[in-house]
Amino acid sequence: MGRTLAEKVWDDHVVRRAEGEPDLLFIDLHLLHEVTSPQAFDGLRQAGRPVRRLDLTIATEDHNTPTLDIDKPIADPVSRAQLETLRKNCAEFGVRLHSLGDVEQGVVHVVGPQLGLTQPGTTVVCGDSHTSTHGAFGALAFGIGTSQVEHVLATQTLPMAPPKTMAITVDGELPDGVTAKDLILAIIAKIGTGGGQGYVLEYRGPAIEKLSMEARMTICNMSIEAGARAGMIAPDATTFDYIEGRDHAPKGEEWDAAVAYWKTLKTDEDAVFDAEVYIDASELAPFVTWGTNPGQGAPLSAHVPDPASYEDASERFAAEKALEYMGLTAGQALRDIKVDTVFVGSCTNGRIEDLRAAASIVEGRKVADGVRMLIVPGSVRVALQAIEEGLDKVFVAAGAEWRHAGCSMCLGMNPDQLAPGERSASTSNRNFEGRQGKGGRTHLVSPQVAAATAVTGHLSSPADLTDAPDAPVTAGV
Amino acid sequence: MEAFTTHTGRAVPLRRSNVDTDQIIPAHWLKKVTRDGFEDGLFEAWRKDGEFVLNKPERRGATVLVAGPDFGTGSSREHAVWALQNYGFKAVISSRFADIFRGNSLKNGLLTVVLDQQVVDALWELTERDPQAEITVDLQDRQVRAEGITADFELDENARWRLLNGLDDISITLQNEPAIAEYESKRRSYKPRTVQV
Repeated sequence: MGRTLAEKVWDDHVVRRAEGEPDLLFIDLHLLHEVTSPQAFDGLRQAGRPVRRLDLTIATEDHNTPTLDIDKPIADPVSRAQLETLRKNCAEFGVRLHSLGDVEQGVVHVVGPQLGLTQPGTTVVCGDSHTSTHGAFGALAFGIGTSQVEHVLATQTLPMAPPKTMAITVDGELPDGVTAKDLILAIIAKIGTGGGQGYVLEYRGPAIEKLSMEARMTICNMSIEAGARAGMIAPDATTFDYIEGRDHAPKGEEWDAAVAYWKTLKTDEDAVFDAEVYIDASELAPFVTWGTNPGQGAPLSAHVPDPASYEDASERFAAEKALEYMGLTAGQALRDIKVDTVFVGSCTNGRIEDLRAAASIVEGRKVADGVRMLIVPGSVRVALQAIEEGLDKVFVAAGAEWRHAGCSMCLGMNPDQLAPGERSASTSNRNFEGRQGKGGRTHLVSPQVAAATAVTGHLSSPADLTDAPDAPVTAGV
Repeated sequence: MEAFTTHTGRAVPLRRSNVDTDQIIPAHWLKKVTRDGFEDGLFEAWRKDGEFVLNKPERRGATVLVAGPDFGTGSSREHAVWALQNYGFKAVISSRFADIFRGNSLKNGLLTVVLDQQVVDALWELTERDPQAEITVDLQDRQVRAEGITADFELDENARWRLLNGLDDISITLQNEPAIAEYESKRRSYKPRTVQV
């Protein structure tokens, strides 16, 4: 019988298989950041163990890093101590680290792909649930806890039980103005926050094949929000073109050998998935969340649902709690929801295509009075590219704040947070209670919806902007 | 890791679904670089409400958390497990756990037990009616027992064996050093490397 993509990559990494035991899986790439690694390095130190494969390990600083005044000492002493701990650990054990101020610094899931380290057919882990992002390249990539971080540092392997596989086939074509973010939010709303639990998702079908690499990363990034540890997309010419020429891409004959192998990484025609889901892309519209988990979403044209309409008691209770927390009433039009803050960034939507999309909408327009718009590039490289294209000037002219790279307001570990009761339209991945700051209220949206919302001050899509923008500020572009 | 064989204790019924790890331990607690001292951060936002079940005096000293479905979704932060343990919980019961949280819990000796929602409902009713009611979580016999309730649960034999014996995963894996070295010697030469060594 044929094998799925996930099974092929899995089988290729089994170091040891024994009856009644989990498989021992080899890990090709281990990404580290400051939050989930300190206790793992402590464990190594106590046991007197070295890092087994420094050449398969890389660290960046992202969760705690400020997005203003990065040349000054970090104001929060606890954040500063955590970053200093990572620096000390990396120096002591010999791990390559990209610190704040380094040109390769940025959100760990933006940095891996842009360096060319994320490649098809590899296993990628990180102490971060959004490691699923790297599955966009046909890698088997999943988030792990700190005990597993220590395990990989010490052994470059993980004992794991093989996952089940789920095909998510997206037929048709995404309508104009509908993005990868809308698609993944619609998928999560359909299968639920636990729908992917125990599975590796494989996104496939014509609508997926048409997506750019960055859009594919947005999709795979949020697999965890559907409960799946990993999401994958079979590599193709789009993937190979993205990787070719990057710092760590194979070169010369090695490139040819790699591509020949990568071309075998697709699900066989006679392979059987454990579950299958179908989505028609042509029926989708811009999608936003109204609740406090990423499955509580609806098309922008819809209304806040009535909790009484849920048959399941715990879902009804969850919806009631969500509306109470979000300060919304059943039946309210989603378009009428006013926001205080718009956040464009994160490992979900902090790459150059996301910034271009947002810039194209605010160009020649103004951010609405009373609205704060933060633009946080996913990495220093993304920021430099945006500056080269003049996007920073577009944002600043519109009244947005152009910031330095990092995770920023996605989870509010740095000073970029919502105040209690403040409401955001955010291109990030989680609308959990307090996620962006204590008492903060989050609506997950695409970069396009975020930008249109910044202009009108209430949840909007670009199609809602009827005014003509002023002349562009990017003369010559 | 601390070994887990059997545990009997009073319960906290948490009638909520989709309890994400941001609720279990908010992000600002993640700046700590130790595995302890997270007890005050456990459910920090909800504990500000005096009516929250954890704040009730009769729940003080309870060690078994009985939660709604999809417990531990979201972030991979192992701090969520440490916070539950630091607070004093020994076991968590739910009809469904998020994968990463489940893996983290079993690696730290916090036993996560999957039971049918009907059994969870019965445990909620029992422990809400009688806060002194005790629940026994028996890993030896893979069974949960409480007044009028007996329910078997599944846990794969390998995970059970590690928990019963409190075994450290890394030492077990390192016994397979020759297999790891052999795999490494056959890896494809074009696989990426972060540094030349």
